[in-house]
Amino acid sequence: MSGAAVRLENVAFSYGETAMSFDLDVEASEIVAIMGPSGSGKSTLLNLVAGFEAPSSGRILIGGEDAAGLPPAQRPVSMVFQENNLFSHLDVARNVGLGRSPSLRLTGADRADIAAALARTGLAGKEKRLPAELSGGERQRVALARALLRDRPVLLLDEAFASLGPALRREMLELVRDLDAERRMTILMVTHHPGDARALCHRIAFVEEGRVAAVAPTAEMFSPDAPEAFRAYIGA
Amino acid sequence: MARDRRILAGVAGLGLIGLLIGGAFAGLAFEAARDWSGAAAAFDAYLVRVAGFTLWQATLSTLLSVAPAILVARALARHPAFPGRGLVLKLFLVPLALPAIVAAMGVLALLGRAGLFADPLTALTGSRWQGIYGLSGILVAHVFFNLPLAARLLLQALEAVPADQWRLAAQLGMGASASFRLIEWPALRAALPGVAGLVFMLCVTSFTIVLTLGGGPAATTLEVAIYQALRFDFDPARAVALTALQIALTAAAVLFLLRLGADMAGDASLPVAPRRPAVAGAAERVVNAAIILAALLFVAGPLAAVTVSGLRADLARLAREPAVHAATLTSLVLALCAALLCVALSLALAAARRALEMKRPRTARPSLLERMLDTGAGFVLVVPPIVVGAGWFVALRGTGQVFAAAPVMVIAVNAVMAMPFAIRAIRPAWDAASARHERLAAQLGITGLARLRLIDWPSIRRPAFTALAFAMALSLGDLGVIALFGSDSVQTLPYLLLARMGSYRTMDAAGLALILGAVCLALTMLAERGRAAR
Amino acid sequence: MRINPSILVAATLALAAAPAAAQDKLTVYTYDSFTAEWGPGPAVEKAFEAECGCDLEFVAVADGVALLNRLRLEGKGTRADIVLGLDTNLTFEARQTGLFAPHGVTLDRVSVPGGWDDDTFVPYDYGYFAFVYDSEAIETPPASLRELVEAGPEEKIVIQDPRTSTPGLGLLLWVKAVYGDEAAGAWARLKDKVLTVTPGWSEAYGLFTSGEAAMVLSYTTSPAYHEIAEGSTRYKAAGFAKGHYLQVEVAARTLRGADNPLAQKFLDFMTTPAFQDAIPEANWMFPAGETSGPLDPAFDGLVKPERTLALDAEEVAENRQAWIDEWLAAMSR
Repeated sequence: MSGAAVRLENVAFSYGETAMSFDLDVEASEIVAIMGPSGSGKSTLLNLVAGFEAPSSGRILIGGEDAAGLPPAQRPVSMVFQENNLFSHLDVARNVGLGRSPSLRLTGADRADIAAALARTGLAGKEKRLPAELSGGERQRVALARALLRDRPVLLLDEAFASLGPALRREMLELVRDLDAERRMTILMVTHHPGDARALCHRIAFVEEGRVAAVAPTAEMFSPDAPEAFRAYIGA
Repeated sequence: MARDRRILAGVAGLGLIGLLIGGAFAGLAFEAARDWSGAAAAFDAYLVRVAGFTLWQATLSTLLSVAPAILVARALARHPAFPGRGLVLKLFLVPLALPAIVAAMGVLALLGRAGLFADPLTALTGSRWQGIYGLSGILVAHVFFNLPLAARLLLQALEAVPADQWRLAAQLGMGASASFRLIEWPALRAALPGVAGLVFMLCVTSFTIVLTLGGGPAATTLEVAIYQALRFDFDPARAVALTALQIALTAAAVLFLLRLGADMAGDASLPVAPRRPAVAGAAERVVNAAIILAALLFVAGPLAAVTVSGLRADLARLAREPAVHAATLTSLVLALCAALLCVALSLALAAARRALEMKRPRTARPSLLERMLDTGAGFVLVVPPIVVGAGWFVALRGTGQVFAAAPVMVIAVNAVMAMPFAIRAIRPAWDAASARHERLAAQLGITGLARLRLIDWPSIRRPAFTALAFAMALSLGDLGVIALFGSDSVQTLPYLLLARMGSYRTMDAAGLALILGAVCLALTMLAERGRAAR
Repeated sequence: MRINPSILVAATLALAAAPAAAQDKLTVYTYDSFTAEWGPGPAVEKAFEAECGCDLEFVAVADGVALLNRLRLEGKGTRADIVLGLDTNLTFEARQTGLFAPHGVTLDRVSVPGGWDDDTFVPYDYGYFAFVYDSEAIETPPASLRELVEAGPEEKIVIQDPRTSTPGLGLLLWVKAVYGDEAAGAWARLKDKVLTVTPGWSEAYGLFTSGEAAMVLSYTTSPAYHEIAEGSTRYKAAGFAKGHYLQVEVAARTLRGADNPLAQKFLDFMTTPAFQDAIPEANWMFPAGETSGPLDPAFDGLVKPERTLALDAEEVAENRQAWIDEWLAAMSR
């Protein structure tokens, strides 16, 4: 399966006092970094795409189809959060298996796929571990393995690697890039690290005060021609 | 959508409660329709005095139960691992299961005119100790019932404080007072109105304690007046009016309490942190040990008195009696059914409330339905079981199913009466688990029964078992609702106890009280085991 | 509760028109200490079933008051043929319900103090209220109600609440019977002597036997239980020279029972030794009819009131609320 285009048209949402309105066009199989100051609305943007929040007006198109009214599980989207990606009382294999069957009724073929996904994410042999027995990096790998198993065209990463150390984060980014090379997913990733964007992303969308203030290829955004606000944000 | 199914389940649960209470009222109102004059005649000077005393003793009892319970809960929370802690917590549930007269006799065995402390008290006061009758006796007995209850519920609130906060406190070197002010008090404050409201309602409806220990009719509660109206005067109109007044007064008091409290957001982080270490210093350890010991003595004293008089009974003979076997079995089956129904109802209400909360904008005020699902159900506590029993008796008499309905009524009433406790145990855990899992479950499309089995039940099984233990303890001690339905259809242990007591067999009754306490303790231990098992 | 006469007629017609129910079964509503395994119920059931070759079914509720309420709630739809366990203070209100039929049996064999003449209710036992005391704590008990009232407040008594219990109401009437219009003053004097007022007999007697008070309101027959069942003569009833208040327990057949020949048979049976033998040592009251043998000697040693006090049931029903209010006012001061 390859990626699906994601399109936000005048997507309005208000969170308490803050009114937000997003416009964004992401091509199929593109990798876009969503960057911007804390509280600017980055995570809200992902939540809107994933279906955790409903816009008050505007349209969200995924693969050309209006996602309005689709519950999160029925959208062609997988999302990895910064925390709480796993159920603490279920072991690794079952946490991943939920990506195949939400009631954990798994066939032999499913189990083989789970093992393959775990092997692919470097977790072979850790099927029976509980989340508490894993390191932070390993927990996020489990979440990625589950996303692999779900095999949805769009992957949303909400600061998924923010709490990992530099080496681990690099490893994870490489893993995402390798997976993407195989699957050609569309990826939107919220991050504060310019390095993440440089390593992986085709373009950067800069979100400020509840709207997408600028979208440009990664190289351009890190050049002196980038918008002043973005340069101030990354401390350039 | 799954979300709506949860709300539907909650509404259905609420509907069942409404049916139970509303049906009873409808039954009595139908009976009263012939002659409503009793309702108006009920409001006289006597009633004003009775209502005043009811509220006054309930307020004092609540203060005296809850304030020390804060200290006890805090002391227990700061020492999560001392030997015997589990036993202390289990003992704290036993008073709930004791019929009021047994507890009153336990208190009097110590503080009565012929009590253990009568001689020292005589020496101390300089005149013959006349026993703790009057308001002080009522208060002591109410504190005996409610302090341990409040302490357990508040401890639960403290245990919901995220482990990270405790580690932060330890790291920042917060002393006992700083961590109380900054960590414990906010958690307690959020739980206090609910706990105090619960204790208040239990004290408002006190009947046997108030009459037996009150020393005279100056100590009369509304519950006594309702009982009198329904049983002795057979004036359903008056009973309905008095019950409505009791509900209104309690609602006003509880709503006032709720306004004082703040809602606390659940702990949304993955609980992977290990159990927090004890952070108390040496001086605090001594103080905490003293507090726990004092509370333990206060609760264990009357329990010990009950045990001692129970041991004097011919327990071997009692244990062989078929009537005792049958009553024990009946009690166990009824308590278990009531407790299971209670937990199921509480889960439905908690889930529906949370679903409604998530549906509305965060800044919007909770809807009436959401409030009903939360605190509204608690008011069933102030509807006297005799009113429910009599009302349903009237409603069912035409069907010829009155006898068949008796066990169903006992189970339903006990389940509903135990709900306010169960919800208190279940709701915070449910909300916290929901905050942690909601997005993930939605993303993965885990819904319905699969969600209950895989996600929700594992996260709430501990509080659910706690609620089960609470509900079983409460149901074991109850005997109010069967008064009119006829006793031989539902012979429970407390009923047998009162029957023996009512026919000179005081020793048997003492022995049965001991058996009842032991059964309660055993059930709580079983529930704790279920709680601990993975 | 008032019954509309036309409904009554309609129901009677309906009952008459209904096909005769199976007449080999008799349903008796009573209180639960009657049917308890140590109560008279089991022996009575056995004896009557042997005599009638039918099935006797007891349905038990908490006490006499609950019994009347149960019947009021069920109305004419009741399953009861017989109601057994009302006392003299309830008969007036019971009659007012219009749910009872005349008993139709001869009262020759019945004997209760003060005599009995009633076309609806048949007595089966009786007792006297009395103050029972602990002889190890009290050497010279009061010899009359006035003496009890006049005595100082040092020696405490436990009594029951007339709003919630039968003995409590009994004492209220006793004081009324002795003091008349000065009852309020008597209660005011008695108040300091009252350790506490319990909701029912059980609680009061429990406090008494646990030593909280050396005297309790109970029955003249209470000492017989302790002597026969426990072999103890420690607890005695104080004999009051000016008399004791009488409680007579009665049974009656319902309108439904009037159609069941077994009901009249049972009321008749009730006055015979086969029934009466079960009363003294199971219900701990005096039998209202002949027993087949003499009572246990313990009964001979009991207080035998020279005078019997009793107020008219109608007078009680009319004034009960006012008297309770008077009691409340005096005792709450």
